[in-house]
Amino acid sequence: MKDNTTKTGWLGLPPLVVGLSAVVAVVIFGWQFLLAESELEVLGLVALAAVAGWAGGKTGLTGSLNEAMRGHGRAMNSAIMIGLLAVIGLLSEEHFPLLMLTTMLLYMTVALGLNVQFGLTGMVNFAGAAFFGIGAYTSAVLTTHTAVPPLLILIGGGLMAAAIGFLLIVPVVRTAGHYSAVVTIAFGVLFKTFLEVNDVLGGPQGLMVDSMKLFGWDFNDGPQLFGIEMSFYVNYALLGGGLAVLAFMLTQRLERSWLGLALDSVRLDETASACFGVNVVRAKVLAFTFGNILVGVAGALYGMMISFIAPNSFTFADSLLMVSIVLLGGLGSLWGTAVAAVIVVLLPEKLQILQEYRFLLFSGLVILMLLYRPQGLLPRTVRQFFPSWRPQR
Amino acid sequence: MDIGLLGQYLANGMMLGTMYALVAVGFTLFFGVLDVIKFSHGDVLMLGSFTGFTAYLGVLAIGIENPWLMLLAILVVSITATAALGAVIARYLVLPLKSAPPLNILLITLMLGTALREAVRLFYPDGSNPKAFPALLPTASVDLGGFSLRADSAILMAAGIAVIIGLNLLINRTRLGLAIRAVAQDEETAKIMGINYTLIVLVTFGIGSGAAAFAGIMNGLYYNEINFGMGLLLGLIGFSAAIIGGLGNIYGAILGGFLFAGLQTVGAVALPFASAYKDVFAFGVVIALMAWKPTGLIAERSSDRV
Repeated sequence: MKDNTTKTGWLGLPPLVVGLSAVVAVVIFGWQFLLAESELEVLGLVALAAVAGWAGGKTGLTGSLNEAMRGHGRAMNSAIMIGLLAVIGLLSEEHFPLLMLTTMLLYMTVALGLNVQFGLTGMVNFAGAAFFGIGAYTSAVLTTHTAVPPLLILIGGGLMAAAIGFLLIVPVVRTAGHYSAVVTIAFGVLFKTFLEVNDVLGGPQGLMVDSMKLFGWDFNDGPQLFGIEMSFYVNYALLGGGLAVLAFMLTQRLERSWLGLALDSVRLDETASACFGVNVVRAKVLAFTFGNILVGVAGALYGMMISFIAPNSFTFADSLLMVSIVLLGGLGSLWGTAVAAVIVVLLPEKLQILQEYRFLLFSGLVILMLLYRPQGLLPRTVRQFFPSWRPQR
Repeated sequence: MDIGLLGQYLANGMMLGTMYALVAVGFTLFFGVLDVIKFSHGDVLMLGSFTGFTAYLGVLAIGIENPWLMLLAILVVSITATAALGAVIARYLVLPLKSAPPLNILLITLMLGTALREAVRLFYPDGSNPKAFPALLPTASVDLGGFSLRADSAILMAAGIAVIIGLNLLINRTRLGLAIRAVAQDEETAKIMGINYTLIVLVTFGIGSGAAAFAGIMNGLYYNEINFGMGLLLGLIGFSAAIIGGLGNIYGAILGGFLFAGLQTVGAVALPFASAYKDVFAFGVVIALMAWKPTGLIAERSSDRV
């Protein structure tokens, strides 16, 4: 789903032109994809995307795009953000496509957080849905029982996820590999069981969440612009988009900084990095907390958007779905995460026949991926120590 | 609390402990020979109990009425099929990833577990609803000073403990067990000594999965119900038990299994809050134990080679 500009012929075109036209193509594609009603239409678009992706890889378009991202990062990033706004604008009267888009953006935020843990630091966290749920329940409790401004509640959701993550930090940091996997899995199951039996938090029936309000403006009222009544999901899509972009930028900055380098070295060899003076414990605490904050903030906004949450939305299977986003995209690959979030969240929503089978489908897909292409759809490239450096030809 | 109720809880805890230990032994065996965690173990167990249930329907259809014969058929079919499945998983999913990062194997088996669970839910006839597992064992009970010990519970527990002892003897007293232990200790040396490495790995996975199938049938007979999701919790409990006991150690697995059952029982009986919190309590203690002893109570002997 990277692009479908295979016809334009980028040979000879400057990378920026190729990059910008790819963004335009993706915007048109995304708009049509979200609007597509019939299954046949959706299947056709999926096939188109697959062919375009394959052809792009074969003919060097991917390389050209990488070049554009590297050489004209600022222009490309603005183009992508404008593109996202354009998709939201084009869909501004459609409830359901916007809901899907926002869910996808929030899952992308979650997967970015998990990617810092899995992909950069090599820590496992199979309680993604639990931290997501902590964010959502925090927003439920705070919106209905207190007068805390909702924007602060988003941050509160993140902080709450981080705080509860701190309870796990000792076992997670002290243990490695399988052992820390069991800690997080046990926590995920514990969390869901706890919610189900706890009457204060609504038990199995769950809780209502109040809507997002910003400076006295209720997000559940559709905004009016030039006399056109828009879907109230526009608000959430904009906020979710902002959150995803912010998460992406933060994660990218983290990856490129010396902190990211420390995280990478911890993943590759703990003993060696400790010998070189990297504080392994601090690196792990940082990655775990950073990831959980992103997951928690996304969860808080998700709760406000769907306005009703129940323990069944935060099961272990959902955690695994989040992990599959990270794996399908490629460990440590941020763009890969974005692409995989589209596939994992949107595809089953659009193809209703798949909805029932989605856990089966994605678990099968990840199994095949791990067997035949363990580096993911868009593998992470080797770290560039001099970002502006390009091979001389 | 009267002594009868206490006895009841004790019997229940022992039963759970036996089941958990059987699952945990599988985890420990796999970890021993391949240094991998096969997280689909719980779902393999679930598949074992569904195979057993299908076998029961089969023998019912051909008109065998004797419960003991039925039980025999269920056990034979289920254990054979599940052991074969375990070997197939090892051959096609675990061995190819042997040199990949350990995380990948954990992930692939987690995903396989989800796939199995979903496959049963979607494709087994009416698979999303619980199935009533037949009560094939005699249900007469003996009154022991206020609490009644049911014959089926006693038989199940005895059988479970016998299987655990049998597995232990198999690992520690036979030539096959010697080969398994040799592979676990050092793959290369074992190969040089003429041990068929792949075969031993497959057989070990078969044995572990067979034990899981047995535990699955025990579970079905005890609760008289099986459902597609039972494997997730049992697998997780078995995994936790193997880990708190210390991976790679069969006694650790048994200890861990009974410890977890004990925690659940204590959580249900002796603590001030509602018994619904028993799993929350048990997993909370597991997490705390991991913080205290990161490699389990009977620690794995390992050192990092730098």
